[in-house]
Amino acid sequence: MISQLTVFLENEKGRLAAACQTVADAGINMHAMNLADTADFGVVRLLTDTPEAAAEALRAAGYRAAVTPVLAVRVPNVPGGLAKLLSFMDEQEANIEYGYCFSVNADVAIDVLKVDGDSGIEQKLTAAGFEPVRPEDIYDLD
Amino acid sequence: MYYQPDIETMPAEQLRELQLERMKQSVRHAYDNVAFYQQSFKDAGVTPDDLNSLEDLQKFPFVIKQNMRDAYPFGLFAVPQKDVARIHASSGTTGQATVVGHTKNDLANWGDCFARGIAMVGGDENSTIQVSYGYGLFTGGLGAHAGGEAMGCSVIPTSSGNTKRQVQMMKDCGTDILACTPSYALLIADTAIEMGYDPATEFKISGGIFGAEPASDNMREEIASKLGIQYCDVYGLSEIMGPGVAMECAERSGLHVAEDHFYCEILNPETLQPVPDGEWGELVITTLTRECCPLVRYRTRDVTRIISEPCACGRTHRKIDQLRGRTDDMLIIRGVNVFPSQIEQVITGFPEIATHYQIILTTRGPLDHVELQVETVPDFPIDEVRKIEDLKKRLGVELKSNLQVSVEVKIVEPKTIARSEGKAKRVIDLREGK
Repeated sequence: MISQLTVFLENEKGRLAAACQTVADAGINMHAMNLADTADFGVVRLLTDTPEAAAEALRAAGYRAAVTPVLAVRVPNVPGGLAKLLSFMDEQEANIEYGYCFSVNADVAIDVLKVDGDSGIEQKLTAAGFEPVRPEDIYDLD
Repeated sequence: MYYQPDIETMPAEQLRELQLERMKQSVRHAYDNVAFYQQSFKDAGVTPDDLNSLEDLQKFPFVIKQNMRDAYPFGLFAVPQKDVARIHASSGTTGQATVVGHTKNDLANWGDCFARGIAMVGGDENSTIQVSYGYGLFTGGLGAHAGGEAMGCSVIPTSSGNTKRQVQMMKDCGTDILACTPSYALLIADTAIEMGYDPATEFKISGGIFGAEPASDNMREEIASKLGIQYCDVYGLSEIMGPGVAMECAERSGLHVAEDHFYCEILNPETLQPVPDGEWGELVITTLTRECCPLVRYRTRDVTRIISEPCACGRTHRKIDQLRGRTDDMLIIRGVNVFPSQIEQVITGFPEIATHYQIILTTRGPLDHVELQVETVPDFPIDEVRKIEDLKKRLGVELKSNLQVSVEVKIVEPKTIARSEGKAKRVIDLREGK
Protein backbone atom coordinates (compact mmCIF):
# COMPACT_ATOMS: atom_id res chain seq x y z
CA MET A 1 0.00 0.00 0.00
CA ILE A 2 1.09 3.56 -0.60
CA SER A 3 0.06 6.81 1.02
CA GLN A 4 -2.24 9.12 -0.87
CA LEU A 5 -2.69 12.72 0.17
CA THR A 6 -6.40 13.57 0.21
CA VAL A 7 -7.78 17.10 0.43
CA PHE A 8 -11.40 18.11 0.87
CA LEU A 9 -12.23 21.31 -1.03
CA GLU A 10 -15.34 23.40 -1.31
CA ASN A 11 -16.47 23.71 -4.92
CA GLU A 12 -15.39 27.29 -5.14
CA LYS A 13 -13.25 29.27 -7.55
CA GLY A 14 -9.54 29.17 -6.78
CA ARG A 15 -9.59 26.51 -4.05
CA LEU A 16 -7.67 23.89 -6.02
CA ALA A 17 -5.03 26.42 -7.05
CA ALA A 18 -4.66 27.61 -3.47
CA ALA A 19 -4.33 24.07 -2.11
CA CYS A 20 -1.68 23.20 -4.71
CA GLN A 21 0.15 26.43 -3.92
CA THR A 22 0.24 25.47 -0.26
CA VAL A 23 1.90 22.16 -1.16
CA ALA A 24 4.28 23.99 -3.49
CA ASP A 25 5.19 26.52 -0.79
CA ALA A 26 6.12 23.63 1.47
CA GLY A 27 8.59 22.59 -1.24
CA ILE A 28 6.87 19.27 -1.87
CA ASN A 29 6.70 17.74 -5.36
CA MET A 30 3.58 16.10 -6.78
CA HIS A 31 3.54 13.00 -8.97
CA ALA A 32 -0.12 12.45 -9.76
CA MET A 33 -3.46 14.13 -9.17
CA ASN A 34 -7.06 13.03 -9.42
CA LEU A 35 -10.06 15.28 -8.75
CA ALA A 36 -13.57 14.09 -7.92
CA ASP A 37 -16.18 16.79 -8.00
CA THR A 38 -19.77 17.17 -6.80
CA ALA A 39 -22.09 20.17 -6.82
CA ASP A 40 -20.73 21.68 -3.64
CA PHE A 41 -17.45 20.00 -2.85
CA GLY A 42 -14.50 18.28 -4.44
CA VAL A 43 -12.05 15.65 -3.27
CA VAL A 44 -8.47 15.93 -4.50
CA ARG A 45 -6.28 12.86 -4.36
CA LEU A 46 -2.57 13.40 -4.79
CA LEU A 47 0.57 11.36 -4.84
CA THR A 48 3.28 13.58 -3.46
CA ASP A 49 6.66 13.28 -1.85
CA THR A 50 6.52 13.21 1.98
CA PRO A 51 2.71 12.87 2.13
CA GLU A 52 2.55 13.28 5.93
CA ALA A 53 4.43 16.58 5.74
CA ALA A 54 2.21 17.71 2.86
CA ALA A 55 -0.94 16.91 4.87
CA GLU A 56 0.47 18.75 7.86
CA ALA A 57 1.21 21.83 5.73
CA LEU A 58 -2.34 21.81 4.38
CA ARG A 59 -3.92 21.33 7.81
CA ALA A 60 -1.85 24.20 9.16
CA ALA A 61 -3.28 26.34 6.36
CA GLY A 62 -6.84 25.42 7.39
CA TYR A 63 -7.59 22.58 4.96
CA ARG A 64 -9.19 19.26 5.79
CA ALA A 65 -6.37 16.99 4.62
CA ALA A 66 -5.68 13.32 5.33
CA VAL A 67 -3.27 10.58 4.36
CA THR A 68 -5.12 7.57 2.98
CA PRO A 69 -3.63 4.14 2.25
CA VAL A 70 -4.31 3.03 -1.32
CA LEU A 71 -3.19 0.17 -3.50
CA ALA A 72 -0.75 0.90 -6.35
CA VAL A 73 0.16 -1.69 -8.98
CA ARG A 74 2.80 -1.50 -11.68
CA VAL A 75 1.42 -2.68 -15.03
CA PRO A 76 2.86 -2.90 -18.54
CA ASN A 77 2.13 0.23 -20.57
CA VAL A 78 0.27 -1.72 -23.27
CA PRO A 79 -3.38 -2.12 -24.31
CA GLY A 80 -5.17 -4.18 -21.64
CA GLY A 81 -2.73 -3.41 -18.84
CA LEU A 82 -5.45 -2.01 -16.56
CA ALA A 83 -8.17 -4.33 -17.83
CA LYS A 84 -6.18 -7.40 -16.81
CA LEU A 85 -5.61 -6.05 -13.33
CA LEU A 86 -9.28 -5.13 -12.87
CA SER A 87 -10.56 -8.48 -14.03
CA PHE A 88 -8.31 -10.16 -11.47
CA MET A 89 -9.66 -7.83 -8.77
CA ASP A 90 -13.17 -8.70 -9.90
CA GLU A 91 -12.46 -12.42 -9.57
CA GLN A 92 -11.30 -11.74 -6.01
CA GLU A 93 -14.65 -9.99 -5.33
CA ALA A 94 -12.69 -6.86 -4.45
CA ASN A 95 -14.82 -3.76 -4.81
CA ILE A 96 -13.09 -0.64 -6.19
CA GLU A 97 -14.18 2.68 -4.65
CA TYR A 98 -12.14 4.83 -7.00
CA GLY A 99 -8.94 4.74 -9.04
CA TYR A 100 -6.63 6.61 -11.38
CA CYS A 101 -3.62 5.78 -13.51
CA PHE A 102 -0.47 7.41 -14.75
CA SER A 103 2.31 6.47 -17.11
CA VAL A 104 5.79 6.29 -15.66
CA ASN A 105 7.50 5.83 -19.04
CA ALA A 106 6.87 4.16 -22.41
CA ASP A 107 6.97 0.70 -20.80
CA VAL A 108 5.43 1.10 -17.37
CA ALA A 109 2.22 2.56 -15.95
CA ILE A 110 0.95 2.66 -12.39
CA ASP A 111 -2.68 2.01 -11.48
CA VAL A 112 -3.83 3.41 -8.14
CA LEU A 113 -6.93 1.82 -6.61
CA LYS A 114 -8.90 2.29 -3.41
CA VAL A 115 -10.24 -1.15 -2.55
CA ASP A 116 -13.16 -1.64 -0.22
CA GLY A 117 -12.35 -4.09 2.57
CA ASP A 118 -9.97 -7.02 1.83
CA SER A 119 -6.64 -6.14 3.41
CA GLY A 120 -5.04 -9.28 1.97
CA ILE A 121 -5.42 -8.20 -1.66
CA GLU A 122 -1.79 -7.11 -2.00
CA GLN A 123 -0.49 -10.63 -1.18
CA LYS A 124 -2.98 -12.18 -3.58
CA LEU A 125 -1.78 -9.86 -6.34
CA THR A 126 1.84 -10.72 -5.70
CA ALA A 127 1.00 -14.42 -5.67
CA ALA A 128 -0.76 -14.04 -9.02
CA GLY A 129 2.29 -12.36 -10.56
CA PHE A 130 1.23 -8.74 -10.34
CA GLU A 131 3.64 -6.09 -9.06
CA PRO A 132 2.25 -3.97 -6.22
CA VAL A 133 4.59 -1.01 -5.78
CA ARG A 134 6.27 0.12 -2.62
CA PRO A 135 5.98 3.74 -1.52
CA GLU A 136 9.64 4.47 -2.16
CA ASP A 137 9.20 3.44 -5.81
CA ILE A 138 6.96 6.44 -6.37
CA TYR A 139 7.77 9.21 -3.93
CA ASP A 140 10.19 10.36 -1.26
CA LEU A 141 9.18 9.02 2.13
CA ASP A 142 8.56 11.12 5.20
CA MET B 1 -41.47 9.26 47.94
CA TYR B 2 -42.55 12.83 48.38
CA TYR B 3 -41.39 15.68 50.54
CA GLN B 4 -44.83 17.29 50.89
CA PRO B 5 -47.23 14.55 49.72
CA ASP B 6 -50.44 16.52 50.41
CA ILE B 7 -49.29 19.37 48.21
CA GLU B 8 -47.36 17.47 45.58
CA THR B 9 -50.18 15.02 44.83
CA MET B 10 -53.08 17.43 45.40
CA PRO B 11 -55.94 16.76 42.95
CA ALA B 12 -55.66 19.11 39.96
CA GLU B 13 -58.99 20.80 40.60
CA GLN B 14 -58.05 21.64 44.17
CA LEU B 15 -54.61 22.82 43.03
CA ARG B 16 -56.21 25.28 40.55
CA GLU B 17 -58.44 26.62 43.35
CA LEU B 18 -55.41 27.09 45.57
CA GLN B 19 -53.58 28.84 42.74
CA LEU B 20 -56.46 31.24 42.12
CA GLU B 21 -56.84 32.06 45.79
CA ARG B 22 -53.12 32.72 46.16
CA MET B 23 -52.90 34.59 42.86
CA LYS B 24 -55.62 37.00 44.00
CA GLN B 25 -53.76 37.65 47.24
CA SER B 26 -50.40 38.01 45.53
CA VAL B 27 -51.60 40.35 42.78
CA ARG B 28 -53.35 42.51 45.41
CA HIS B 29 -50.26 42.47 47.61
CA ALA B 30 -48.14 43.63 44.66
CA TYR B 31 -50.62 46.32 43.70
CA ASP B 32 -51.09 47.64 47.23
CA ASN B 33 -47.39 47.91 48.01
CA VAL B 34 -45.46 48.55 44.80
CA ALA B 35 -45.84 51.80 42.85
CA PHE B 36 -44.67 50.07 39.66
CA TYR B 37 -47.72 47.79 39.63
CA GLN B 38 -50.12 50.63 40.41
CA GLN B 39 -48.83 52.40 37.32
CA SER B 40 -48.61 49.38 35.01
CA PHE B 41 -52.07 48.10 35.99
CA LYS B 42 -53.47 51.59 35.46
CA ASP B 43 -51.85 51.78 32.01
CA ALA B 44 -53.39 48.43 31.14
CA GLY B 45 -56.77 49.45 32.58
CA VAL B 46 -56.96 46.66 35.18
CA THR B 47 -57.17 46.42 38.94
CA PRO B 48 -56.76 43.36 41.18
CA ASP B 49 -60.59 43.15 41.24
CA ASP B 50 -60.52 42.06 37.60
CA LEU B 51 -58.90 38.77 38.57
CA ASN B 52 -61.70 36.25 39.04
CA SER B 53 -60.26 33.23 37.28
CA LEU B 54 -56.79 32.01 36.36
CA GLU B 55 -57.50 32.95 32.73
CA ASP B 56 -58.19 36.55 33.81
CA LEU B 57 -54.47 36.89 34.43
CA GLN B 58 -54.09 37.33 30.65
CA LYS B 59 -55.52 40.84 31.01
CA PHE B 60 -52.64 41.90 33.22
CA PRO B 61 -49.45 43.54 31.95
CA PHE B 62 -46.07 41.83 31.88
CA VAL B 63 -42.96 42.48 33.90
CA ILE B 64 -39.70 42.28 31.99
CA LYS B 65 -36.10 42.18 33.09
CA GLN B 66 -35.64 45.86 32.21
CA ASN B 67 -38.40 46.81 34.67
CA MET B 68 -36.37 45.10 37.38
CA ARG B 69 -33.21 46.90 36.33
CA ASP B 70 -35.05 50.22 36.33
CA ALA B 71 -36.33 49.47 39.83
CA TYR B 72 -32.80 48.88 41.15
CA PRO B 73 -32.30 48.31 43.99
CA PHE B 74 -35.54 48.14 45.97
CA GLY B 75 -38.21 49.52 43.64
CA LEU B 76 -40.12 46.23 43.39
CA PHE B 77 -39.99 45.34 47.08
CA ALA B 78 -43.45 44.96 48.61
CA VAL B 79 -42.43 44.74 52.28
CA PRO B 80 -40.71 47.15 54.64
CA GLN B 81 -36.99 46.71 55.08
CA LYS B 82 -37.38 45.16 58.55
CA ASP B 83 -39.06 42.16 56.90
CA VAL B 84 -36.34 41.63 54.31
CA ALA B 85 -34.35 38.65 55.51
CA ARG B 86 -31.91 38.31 52.65
CA ILE B 87 -30.89 39.92 49.40
CA HIS B 88 -29.61 38.12 46.31
CA ALA B 89 -28.51 39.73 43.07
CA SER B 90 -28.08 38.57 39.50
CA SER B 91 -24.66 38.84 37.95
CA GLY B 92 -25.56 41.76 35.72
CA THR B 93 -23.51 40.38 32.83
CA THR B 94 -26.15 41.60 30.39
CA GLY B 95 -26.67 44.99 31.99
CA GLN B 96 -27.49 46.55 35.34
CA ALA B 97 -27.63 43.94 38.10
CA THR B 98 -31.03 43.11 39.51
CA VAL B 99 -31.63 42.77 43.21
CA VAL B 100 -34.18 40.40 44.67
CA GLY B 101 -35.21 40.34 48.32
CA HIS B 102 -36.57 37.45 50.37
CA THR B 103 -38.59 37.47 53.58
CA LYS B 104 -38.28 34.72 56.15
CA ASN B 105 -41.31 33.00 54.63
CA ASP B 106 -39.89 33.36 51.12
CA LEU B 107 -36.74 31.57 52.24
CA ALA B 108 -38.74 28.82 53.94
CA ASN B 109 -40.83 28.25 50.80
CA TRP B 110 -37.66 28.18 48.71
CA GLY B 111 -36.20 25.48 50.94
CA ASP B 112 -39.42 23.47 50.56
CA CYS B 113 -39.40 23.78 46.76
CA PHE B 114 -35.82 22.54 46.51
CA ALA B 115 -36.39 19.79 49.10
CA ARG B 116 -39.04 18.28 46.80
CA GLY B 117 -36.24 17.68 44.28
CA ILE B 118 -34.12 16.02 46.94
CA ALA B 119 -36.98 13.56 47.47
CA MET B 120 -37.23 13.09 43.69
CA VAL B 121 -33.68 11.68 43.63
CA GLY B 122 -34.48 9.44 46.58
CA GLY B 123 -33.12 11.66 49.35
CA ASP B 124 -34.54 12.00 52.88
CA GLU B 125 -33.45 13.14 56.34
CA ASN B 126 -30.78 10.41 56.36
CA SER B 127 -29.12 11.76 53.24
CA THR B 128 -25.96 13.79 52.95
CA ILE B 129 -26.10 16.53 50.35
CA GLN B 130 -22.99 18.25 49.07
CA VAL B 131 -23.64 21.73 47.73
CA SER B 132 -20.98 22.60 45.16
CA TYR B 133 -22.82 25.56 43.71
CA GLY B 134 -21.15 28.86 44.50
CA TYR B 135 -22.39 30.50 47.70
CA GLY B 136 -23.00 34.22 47.71
CA LEU B 137 -25.20 36.63 45.77
CA PHE B 138 -25.77 33.81 43.25
CA THR B 139 -28.85 31.84 44.35
CA GLY B 140 -27.48 28.37 43.56
CA GLY B 141 -25.47 27.69 46.72
CA LEU B 142 -27.83 29.02 49.37
CA GLY B 143 -30.90 27.74 47.51
CA ALA B 144 -29.66 24.15 47.48
CA HIS B 145 -28.43 24.60 51.04
CA ALA B 146 -31.91 25.67 52.17
CA GLY B 147 -33.38 22.62 50.43
CA GLY B 148 -31.00 20.30 52.24
CA GLU B 149 -31.82 21.87 55.60
CA ALA B 150 -35.57 21.81 54.96
CA MET B 151 -35.35 18.08 54.24
CA GLY B 152 -33.25 17.55 57.32
CA CYS B 153 -30.24 16.29 55.39
CA SER B 154 -26.65 16.62 56.52
CA VAL B 155 -25.48 19.50 54.36
CA ILE B 156 -21.86 19.86 53.23
CA PRO B 157 -21.44 23.45 52.00
CA THR B 158 -18.30 22.91 49.90
CA SER B 159 -19.29 25.73 47.50
CA SER B 160 -17.49 25.60 44.15
CA GLY B 161 -13.76 25.28 43.58
CA ASN B 162 -10.93 23.17 45.00
CA THR B 163 -12.18 20.19 43.06
CA LYS B 164 -9.86 17.55 44.50
CA ARG B 165 -11.08 18.42 47.99
CA GLN B 166 -14.65 18.16 46.69
CA VAL B 167 -13.93 14.61 45.57
CA GLN B 168 -12.26 13.75 48.87
CA MET B 169 -15.22 15.08 50.88
CA MET B 170 -17.61 13.25 48.61
CA LYS B 171 -15.79 9.99 49.21
CA ASP B 172 -14.93 10.35 52.89
CA CYS B 173 -18.26 11.83 54.04
CA GLY B 174 -20.35 9.45 51.96
CA THR B 175 -22.19 12.13 49.98
CA ASP B 176 -25.53 10.83 48.68
CA ILE B 177 -26.57 13.81 46.59
CA LEU B 178 -24.51 16.39 44.74
CA ALA B 179 -25.95 19.79 43.81
CA CYS B 180 -24.05 22.02 41.35
CA THR B 181 -23.95 23.17 37.75
CA PRO B 182 -23.76 20.40 35.12
CA SER B 183 -20.35 21.52 33.90
CA TYR B 184 -18.99 21.43 37.43
CA ALA B 185 -20.53 18.00 38.03
CA LEU B 186 -18.65 16.73 35.00
CA LEU B 187 -15.41 18.27 36.23
CA ILE B 188 -15.88 16.67 39.65
CA ALA B 189 -16.56 13.29 38.01
CA ASP B 190 -13.52 13.57 35.75
CA THR B 191 -11.33 14.71 38.61
CA ALA B 192 -12.42 11.73 40.71
CA ILE B 193 -11.57 9.42 37.82
CA GLU B 194 -8.18 11.12 37.38
CA MET B 195 -7.53 10.60 41.08
CA GLY B 196 -7.94 6.88 40.47
CA TYR B 197 -11.50 6.39 41.72
CA ASP B 198 -14.54 5.02 39.98
CA PRO B 199 -17.23 7.18 41.60
CA ALA B 200 -20.00 5.19 39.92
CA THR B 201 -19.12 2.05 41.87
CA GLU B 202 -16.86 3.18 44.72
CA PHE B 203 -18.76 6.23 45.98
CA LYS B 204 -22.03 6.21 47.87
CA ILE B 205 -23.49 9.02 45.74
CA SER B 206 -26.82 8.11 44.11
CA GLY B 207 -28.41 11.39 43.04
CA GLY B 208 -27.48 14.72 41.52
CA ILE B 209 -29.41 17.96 41.22
CA PHE B 210 -27.99 20.10 38.45
CA GLY B 211 -29.04 23.39 36.94
CA ALA B 212 -28.29 27.07 36.30
CA GLU B 213 -26.83 26.41 32.85
CA PRO B 214 -27.83 24.44 29.77
CA ALA B 215 -26.66 20.85 29.31
CA SER B 216 -27.15 18.60 26.29
CA ASP B 217 -28.67 15.13 26.66
CA ASN B 218 -25.27 13.61 25.96
CA MET B 219 -23.70 15.64 28.74
CA ARG B 220 -26.44 14.62 31.18
CA GLU B 221 -25.91 10.97 30.32
CA GLU B 222 -22.18 11.32 30.71
CA ILE B 223 -22.55 12.87 34.17
CA ALA B 224 -25.11 10.28 35.26
CA SER B 225 -23.02 7.33 34.11
CA LYS B 226 -19.68 8.62 35.40
CA LEU B 227 -21.09 9.32 38.85
CA GLY B 228 -23.57 6.43 38.82
CA ILE B 229 -26.52 8.63 39.78
CA GLN B 230 -30.06 9.65 38.96
CA TYR B 231 -29.87 13.04 37.23
CA CYS B 232 -32.35 15.69 38.35
CA ASP B 233 -32.61 18.83 36.25
CA VAL B 234 -33.53 21.87 38.31
CA TYR B 235 -34.97 25.08 36.91
CA GLY B 236 -34.99 28.40 38.62
CA LEU B 237 -34.11 32.01 38.14
CA SER B 238 -32.98 34.55 40.64
CA GLU B 239 -35.70 37.04 39.67
CA ILE B 240 -38.36 34.54 40.67
CA MET B 241 -36.61 32.78 43.57
CA GLY B 242 -33.64 30.65 42.56
CA PRO B 243 -33.23 26.92 41.92
CA GLY B 244 -36.37 24.93 42.74
CA VAL B 245 -39.06 26.60 40.62
CA ALA B 246 -39.30 23.29 38.75
CA MET B 247 -37.52 19.98 39.30
CA GLU B 248 -37.26 16.72 37.39
CA CYS B 249 -38.59 13.51 38.94
CA ALA B 250 -37.34 9.96 38.35
CA GLU B 251 -39.57 9.60 35.29
CA ARG B 252 -37.10 11.94 33.54
CA SER B 253 -39.73 13.41 31.22
CA GLY B 254 -40.02 17.00 32.35
CA LEU B 255 -39.70 19.18 35.42
CA HIS B 256 -42.58 19.47 37.90
CA VAL B 257 -43.31 23.13 38.54
CA ALA B 258 -43.99 23.99 42.18
CA GLU B 259 -47.48 25.05 41.15
CA ASP B 260 -48.56 25.95 44.66
CA HIS B 261 -45.97 28.75 44.53
CA PHE B 262 -45.80 29.61 40.83
CA TYR B 263 -48.29 29.96 38.00
CA CYS B 264 -46.88 29.28 34.55
CA GLU B 265 -48.10 30.44 31.17
CA ILE B 266 -46.55 29.61 27.81
CA LEU B 267 -46.92 32.37 25.23
CA ASN B 268 -46.15 32.74 21.59
CA PRO B 269 -43.18 35.13 21.81
CA GLU B 270 -44.32 37.04 18.72
CA THR B 271 -48.00 37.54 19.51
CA LEU B 272 -47.72 37.16 23.31
CA GLN B 273 -50.90 35.07 23.17
CA PRO B 274 -51.11 31.80 25.10
CA VAL B 275 -50.37 28.60 23.18
CA PRO B 276 -52.09 25.26 23.84
CA ASP B 277 -50.44 22.85 26.28
CA GLY B 278 -47.67 20.94 24.54
CA GLU B 279 -46.67 23.77 22.22
CA TRP B 280 -43.36 25.54 22.65
CA GLY B 281 -43.21 29.16 23.64
CA GLU B 282 -41.95 31.64 26.20
CA LEU B 283 -42.38 30.78 29.85
CA VAL B 284 -44.14 33.53 31.82
CA ILE B 285 -44.28 33.11 35.59
CA THR B 286 -46.50 34.69 38.20
CA THR B 287 -45.41 34.18 41.78
CA LEU B 288 -48.20 33.12 44.14
CA THR B 289 -46.57 33.31 47.56
CA ARG B 290 -43.58 35.62 47.27
CA GLU B 291 -43.81 38.33 49.90
CA CYS B 292 -40.80 40.53 49.27
CA CYS B 293 -40.74 40.61 45.47
CA PRO B 294 -44.07 39.39 44.06
CA LEU B 295 -43.95 39.21 40.29
CA VAL B 296 -47.00 39.30 38.04
CA ARG B 297 -46.44 37.78 34.60
CA TYR B 298 -42.65 37.88 34.51
CA ARG B 299 -41.37 37.14 31.02
CA THR B 300 -38.49 34.72 31.56
CA ARG B 301 -37.37 34.62 27.88
CA ASP B 302 -36.86 30.91 28.45
CA VAL B 303 -38.48 28.66 25.89
CA THR B 304 -40.21 25.47 26.98
CA ARG B 305 -43.62 23.84 26.83
CA ILE B 306 -46.16 22.54 29.32
CA ILE B 307 -46.43 18.78 29.70
CA SER B 308 -49.89 18.37 31.17
CA GLU B 309 -50.22 14.58 30.93
CA PRO B 310 -50.34 12.87 34.33
CA CYS B 311 -46.92 11.77 35.55
CA ALA B 312 -46.27 8.18 36.61
CA CYS B 313 -44.56 9.46 39.75
CA GLY B 314 -47.94 10.50 41.14
CA ARG B 315 -47.23 14.21 41.40
CA THR B 316 -50.07 16.28 40.04
CA HIS B 317 -48.12 19.46 39.43
CA ARG B 318 -47.73 20.02 35.70
CA LYS B 319 -44.31 19.72 34.13
CA ILE B 320 -42.30 21.95 31.84
CA ASP B 321 -39.98 20.40 29.28
CA GLN B 322 -36.22 20.84 29.30
CA LEU B 323 -35.51 24.38 28.22
CA ARG B 324 -34.96 24.70 24.52
CA GLY B 325 -33.20 28.05 24.60
CA ARG B 326 -33.97 31.71 24.98
CA THR B 327 -36.49 33.62 22.90
CA ASP B 328 -33.61 35.86 21.83
CA ASP B 329 -32.12 32.83 20.03
CA MET B 330 -35.30 31.66 18.34
CA LEU B 331 -35.45 31.62 14.54
CA ILE B 332 -38.71 31.61 12.65
CA ILE B 333 -38.11 29.65 9.47
CA ARG B 334 -41.05 29.26 7.10
CA GLY B 335 -43.30 29.92 10.07
CA VAL B 336 -41.72 27.19 12.18
CA ASN B 337 -39.92 28.05 15.40
CA VAL B 338 -36.39 26.66 15.32
CA PHE B 339 -33.72 26.95 17.98
CA PRO B 340 -30.03 26.61 17.29
CA SER B 341 -29.95 24.28 20.31
CA GLN B 342 -32.17 21.79 18.43
CA ILE B 343 -29.74 21.75 15.53
CA GLU B 344 -26.85 21.34 17.95
CA GLN B 345 -28.63 18.39 19.54
CA VAL B 346 -28.92 16.64 16.16
CA ILE B 347 -25.29 17.35 15.32
CA THR B 348 -24.04 15.88 18.59
CA GLY B 349 -25.71 12.61 17.53
CA PHE B 350 -23.29 12.40 14.58
CA PRO B 351 -19.78 11.53 15.74
CA GLU B 352 -18.53 12.13 12.17
CA ILE B 353 -19.41 15.83 12.45
CA ALA B 354 -17.30 18.35 14.36
CA THR B 355 -18.97 20.67 16.87
CA HIS B 356 -18.41 23.81 14.83
CA TYR B 357 -21.38 24.73 12.71
CA GLN B 358 -23.04 27.71 11.13
CA ILE B 359 -26.58 28.32 9.97
CA ILE B 360 -27.02 30.54 6.94
CA LEU B 361 -30.53 31.84 6.26
CA THR B 362 -31.36 33.29 2.87
CA THR B 363 -34.46 34.04 0.84
CA ARG B 364 -35.06 31.96 -2.27
CA GLY B 365 -38.09 33.21 -4.13
CA PRO B 366 -40.87 33.46 -1.57
CA LEU B 367 -39.28 30.94 0.81
CA ASP B 368 -36.70 30.93 3.54
CA HIS B 369 -33.75 28.74 2.73
CA VAL B 370 -31.65 27.15 5.44
CA GLU B 371 -28.10 26.04 4.88
CA LEU B 372 -26.28 24.28 7.66
CA GLN B 373 -22.53 24.37 7.29
CA VAL B 374 -20.66 21.67 9.14
CA GLU B 375 -17.21 20.15 9.15
CA THR B 376 -16.24 16.53 9.33
CA VAL B 377 -14.04 15.46 12.22
CA PRO B 378 -10.35 15.22 11.25
CA ASP B 379 -10.32 11.42 11.05
CA PHE B 380 -13.39 11.10 8.83
CA PRO B 381 -12.41 9.31 5.56
CA ILE B 382 -12.71 12.25 3.18
CA ASP B 383 -11.23 10.40 0.22
CA GLU B 384 -14.49 8.66 -0.71
CA VAL B 385 -17.17 10.92 -2.17
CA ARG B 386 -19.81 8.29 -1.49
CA LYS B 387 -19.20 8.39 2.28
CA ILE B 388 -19.38 12.18 2.36
CA GLU B 389 -22.60 12.21 0.33
CA ASP B 390 -24.06 9.53 2.58
CA LEU B 391 -23.23 11.53 5.70
CA LYS B 392 -24.86 14.65 4.21
CA LYS B 393 -27.98 12.70 3.39
CA ARG B 394 -28.32 11.10 6.81
CA LEU B 395 -27.80 14.41 8.58
CA GLY B 396 -30.36 16.09 6.32
CA VAL B 397 -32.98 13.43 7.03
CA GLU B 398 -32.39 13.64 10.78
CA LEU B 399 -32.64 17.44 10.77
CA LYS B 400 -35.83 17.39 8.76
CA SER B 401 -37.48 14.96 11.13
CA ASN B 402 -36.39 16.92 14.22
CA LEU B 403 -37.03 20.46 13.02
CA GLN B 404 -39.90 19.95 10.56
CA VAL B 405 -37.97 22.22 8.20
CA SER B 406 -35.79 21.19 5.27
CA VAL B 407 -32.17 22.01 5.79
CA GLU B 408 -29.53 21.90 3.08
CA VAL B 409 -26.43 20.39 4.60
CA LYS B 410 -23.16 21.69 3.27
CA ILE B 411 -19.91 20.14 4.37
CA VAL B 412 -17.28 22.84 4.38
CA GLU B 413 -13.57 23.26 4.89
CA PRO B 414 -12.44 24.10 8.40
CA LYS B 415 -11.52 27.66 7.38
CA THR B 416 -15.10 28.48 6.40
CA ILE B 417 -16.60 28.54 9.88
CA ALA B 418 -14.82 31.28 11.79
CA ARG B 419 -13.52 30.24 15.18
CA SER B 420 -14.30 32.74 17.87
CA GLU B 421 -12.88 33.13 21.31
CA GLY B 422 -16.08 34.09 23.05
CA LYS B 423 -19.59 33.23 22.00
CA ALA B 424 -19.56 31.66 18.54
CA LYS B 425 -21.63 33.34 15.85
CA ARG B 426 -23.83 30.41 14.87
CA VAL B 427 -26.51 32.07 12.81
CA ILE B 428 -26.07 34.35 9.82
CA ASP B 429 -29.42 35.73 8.74
CA LEU B 430 -29.24 37.12 5.20
CA ARG B 431 -32.99 36.97 4.59
CA GLU B 432 -34.62 39.96 2.93
CA GLY B 433 -36.38 42.24 5.35
CA LYS B 434 -34.58 40.82 8.37
